[in-house]
This record gives sequence, C-alpha cells and structure tokens, in this order.
Amino acid sequence: MDYSFLNELPKIVWMLIGIAAFLAVIGLMLTVMDLPRTRRDRWQAFLFLAPALVLLLGGLVYPMLRTTTLSLYDRSGTEFVGLANYLWMFQRPEILLVLRNTLLWVLFAPVLATAVGLLYAVLIDRSRFESVAKSLVFMPMAISLVGASIIWRFVFAYRPADQEQYGLFNQVVVWLGGEPRLWLLEQPLNTFLLILVLIWVQAGFAMVVLSAAIKAIPAEITEAARIDGAGAWHLFTRITLPAVWPTLLVVLITITVQTLKVFDIVRTMTGGNYGTSVIANEMYSQAFQQGQVGQGSALAVFLFVLVIPLVIVQIRRNRKSRELV
Amino acid sequence: MTTTQTAPAAEATEGPAPRAREGAASRVRRRLSGSAASLAALAIAVLWTIPTAGLFVSSLRPAEQIRTTGWWTFFSSPQVTLDNYRDVLFGSASDGQLIGYFVNSVVITLPSTVFVLGVGALAAYALSWIDFRGRDWIFLGIFALQIVPLQMSLVPLLRFFSQGVSVGGVQVLPAWELTGAMAFTNVWVAHTVFGLPLAVFLLHNFVSQLPKSLFEAARVDGAGHGRIFTRIVLPLIVPALVSLGIFQFLWVWNDLLVALIFTGGDGGTAPLTVRLAELAGTRGEAWHRLTAGAFVSMIVPLAVFFLLQRYFVRGLLAGGVKG
Repeated sequence: MDYSFLNELPKIVWMLIGIAAFLAVIGLMLTVMDLPRTRRDRWQAFLFLAPALVLLLGGLVYPMLRTTTLSLYDRSGTEFVGLANYLWMFQRPEILLVLRNTLLWVLFAPVLATAVGLLYAVLIDRSRFESVAKSLVFMPMAISLVGASIIWRFVFAYRPADQEQYGLFNQVVVWLGGEPRLWLLEQPLNTFLLILVLIWVQAGFAMVVLSAAIKAIPAEITEAARIDGAGAWHLFTRITLPAVWPTLLVVLITITVQTLKVFDIVRTMTGGNYGTSVIANEMYSQAFQQGQVGQGSALAVFLFVLVIPLVIVQIRRNRKSRELV
Repeated sequence: MTTTQTAPAAEATEGPAPRAREGAASRVRRRLSGSAASLAALAIAVLWTIPTAGLFVSSLRPAEQIRTTGWWTFFSSPQVTLDNYRDVLFGSASDGQLIGYFVNSVVITLPSTVFVLGVGALAAYALSWIDFRGRDWIFLGIFALQIVPLQMSLVPLLRFFSQGVSVGGVQVLPAWELTGAMAFTNVWVAHTVFGLPLAVFLLHNFVSQLPKSLFEAARVDGAGHGRIFTRIVLPLIVPALVSLGIFQFLWVWNDLLVALIFTGGDGGTAPLTVRLAELAGTRGEAWHRLTAGAFVSMIVPLAVFFLLQRYFVRGLLAGGVKG
C-alpha cells in the first residue's frame, strides 16, 4: 500500500477551478450582455455564439483542412508529395490487408448486430420479462469498448492443452473433444472474433430502437392478420418486417458508421497485430506511433470519405421520418 | 413470436369467437412456436450475459484460482475475496494502481461534460431566438460538422497544444506547455470540441421548440437575452441537458482514442480506459488484475445505466452517429 490520496488533490482542485472559471466567465458574459449599452441583437448573438465558434473553427474546421493538406505531404510535413500517400495506401500489401479487414467489419458487424437485435426484439415483445430481457442485452452498450474487449479476451484466453483452461471458449472446445488454440492469433479468424465483440455491443442498440418501432405497429393490423390465420413467420415477413424497414435501415447505417471508425476493440484485443488492423487503428499507429503524419492523414481523409455518403443518407432518412411525425 | 403472451388478452376482449374458429392443431403449433421463441430469446440473453458474468465472478476469486481453474468451477467451490480489487486499486504501480486513474477519469469527464452543455446551450439559444444575418448558415455548418470523424482533427489539434500557432514563422499563439494537473485542460478542450456539434444540434432542436409567447412576454417586461437565457430557457431545457449530459459523460468516460492522444498515456492524466488497454497489452495474462480492473472502469457506467435508464436510452439514440 504505497498509495496516498494526497497525490490526487491537485487534480481535483484543478478540476474545480476549471469548472468554476468556466461558469464564472459565462455568468459574467450573460450579465454584461444585458447592460443597456450593449443590448444590440447582433452583438449579443455574437457573444452567445463566440465560445462555440472559436472551439469549432479552431478544433474541427481548421484541423480538418490541415489534415487534408498534410495528407499531400511527406512524413514531416515539409515536402509536397502529391497523391503518393494515397497510392501507398492502395499498393502496400499490409495496408491492403487493413482495407480488407475494414471491409469485413462493415460487411458483417452491422448486418449481424441488427439481425440479432431484431430477432431478440421480436422474441421478447410483450413478454412478461421484457424490461429485464432488454436490460441484459442492452447492458454492453453502457460499458466501454475497452471493457468489452477485456471481457472477450478472457473468453478467448488460452492455456496449453496439458493445463486446465480458464477461457470459456477453449474450455467448450476441449469439452467437445478439440484442442485449445490461441484463437486471437489465427488469421483471418481473429478478425471475425473481433467483429463478434462489436456485434455483442451494438445488438443492444439495434434491439432497443427496433423494439420501439415494433411497438408502433397498430395492434389492429397484427390482430386482423392473426385472426385470418397468419402464422408467426407470416406475421413477421408480411407485417413486422415491412413496418420496421425504414427504422432498420437507419439502425444499419448508424452501426456501419460506428464500425468504420472502430478502434478501441482492435487496440485492446490484439493491438492491431496478427493481421487484424483496421483503418482507424492504422491511422493512429502511422500518425502517432511511427511518426508518418502524411500517411496517417491520408488514412483519416479516406475514412472521412467513406463516412460521408452514409451520413447523408441517414440525415435524409431522419428528416423524412421527422416529417411523418 | 408474440403469440402466447398476447393471445389471452386478445381473447378476453374479443370473446370466445376466435378461439372457436381456431383448430386444435394450430393451437398446439402456436404453443410450440411460443416456447421455441422463448427458448431462443433465453439463449440470446444467456449468450449475451455469460461473458460479463464470467469476468465478474472471476474478479471475486482468489488470484491463485483464477490462474489455475475456470470461473465456472466457482459454483462448486465458491471462495470470495476482494483482494483483487484492493490490489488493482491501491497496490503497487505494476499492479495497476487504478485509483489514481479513476480520479483522472472523473477529472477528465466532469468538466468535459459541463463545458459542452454550457457552450452548446448558449449557441443553441442564439441560433434559435436571436435574429441576425447568416444564422441559418452557421447552424447548417455546425450541423454538417457532426459527420467529421475525429481522426480528421487529431494531428493538427495535438500540434496546436504542443507547438502553438505560427504564421509564416511568426509565433502567434504560444504552445500550451501545461504540466502537472493543468495538463488536463488539453483533454477537456479536445472533448468539448468533439462533443459540440451534436450538443448544439440536439439542444437547438429542443430550444427552438419552446413557445414564442414566452420570449415575447419576457421582452415586454424588459428582460435582455442574458436574463431570458438564465431565468427562462435553462430551467425549461433541463431534461434535454440531462439526456445529453449523460450521453456526453459516458462517451468521455468510455473513450480511449481521444484520451490516448491528448494525455499521451501519461500516468498523471490518463484515464482508466487508457490504463486498462495498456495492462491488457503488457500483462495480458494477469487476469486477477484485468478482471477487477475492468469492473472498476465499468462501475460508473453501469450505475448510470441502471439508475437513469430512460435518459440513458434517449441520449444514446440521439447520439448514434457521434465520433
């Protein structure tokens, strides 16, 4: 026990100073603004917006442009290299592997997470334990992806065959008569095991959103179909699925955007080794570990380009559904 | 399917007619599909819960047992200890000494949340209720910024903190060079920036819905925008602030990437997530530390989740595309 809480005091004091200073500045601004001399709409609007505009222009807009230009320069950012960093991205086998992995993530994670979420939402709809059942599957959404990754690393933990297994997955393999293996080292299977973690996390999100959509289906419609003798499968394909289809697409796109940016899982599960790296992880390792700022920036720009069409579709859908309400 | 559970209710309201129409065979089939459905739901629920349960059970077992046997043997020879938590929180630095990182997580998260709510609410008010030229364009611009992956800002923003701004070789703004506890300021600013577009957008949706008569009455009484904002708008948007606050709080608490870059993984400022990812990388087989450590990082989000579930869900759905 060589721990003393005194070490923490400066941090907490600084936090309180930070919050107090922030509130004081805003309070002062709001008071001064109402003094008769300064009461002009333009001036006041500027004061209200100034903090947000300074932060956004300095922290997002300028950096965005800067990253785009950096992607056209060499590693130190001094020599213009044109599109060399982008060509590098599509020519180097290890980066092509990164792009392939990202593709695998996007192909599997959103669809499977949404499918599980939908299936579960339908199964538990109006059951007696619905809220408990929802909590259980939604819970992974609350914890960090780092925490989720540690949970799953433990599931895939490996011990040599002559020792007792403590990883659940290998134990099941042993019970079924197989040999325990270092699953996270086996390519390309390991990428799918990482994808499984994201499915585990995002299925809860899909489930909650789709469950709300299912509840919005008018009861008369399902009742009428049931009286006409429609079976469960019929009911699902002819009524539930068409009714929740727009919501399903929104969920799918939302999870796809999250999947494209996945970083924490790869970082914590394998560190991006053993052929599991994805774009966001490669961007981090190029720009912040290997000092290849140009190549890292090119990866960031590529990620941005991939996200744009998805978000545009989503905004369109959002607006449409809002008009309906 | 929903059949078994809803059938009794439907029959009660519609009388015996549907039941009579329904053949015995279909009734049997319905019950079968009902129990198959329950079984499938149960299977998913169990599959989704077991990994977490296994980690939690393990975190309570003596280190020696974690190393040698599976957590499922716990139920045949239960032995509970809090030693893992004590070691990982207060033990030597190589054990994790997570209490310091826990404090770091709090010190990073609270201001990042307060700043985003404050700055976001101010901007949302101006964009909703003050008339000035270019208002719609500014709103559209902030709205569009939501789609920018934060990877696009990381390098330049980090350079801004470490090198300041220089135009043509002339230093316009100096580097921040904050040391000790003051170094947290970098992370606060970064998180505030990344949280703002969503915050302005959501709060604008809420603030602009407030009835116009409210503002007209206040103006007639001679109140300025500052007064209207603090006395009328803020109290009315508390629910939105709470939902957004919870979302931002959890987002920052659970974040790895931003913290990794803007704290540089330094023990003085790095949060739990950074430390845990590091422990998992360097001491991947030290499960007595990792199991307890993971739960230390999950306590706060889980408490928020179970206590404030409604706000949590609302905030989360709204923030689906962030990051």
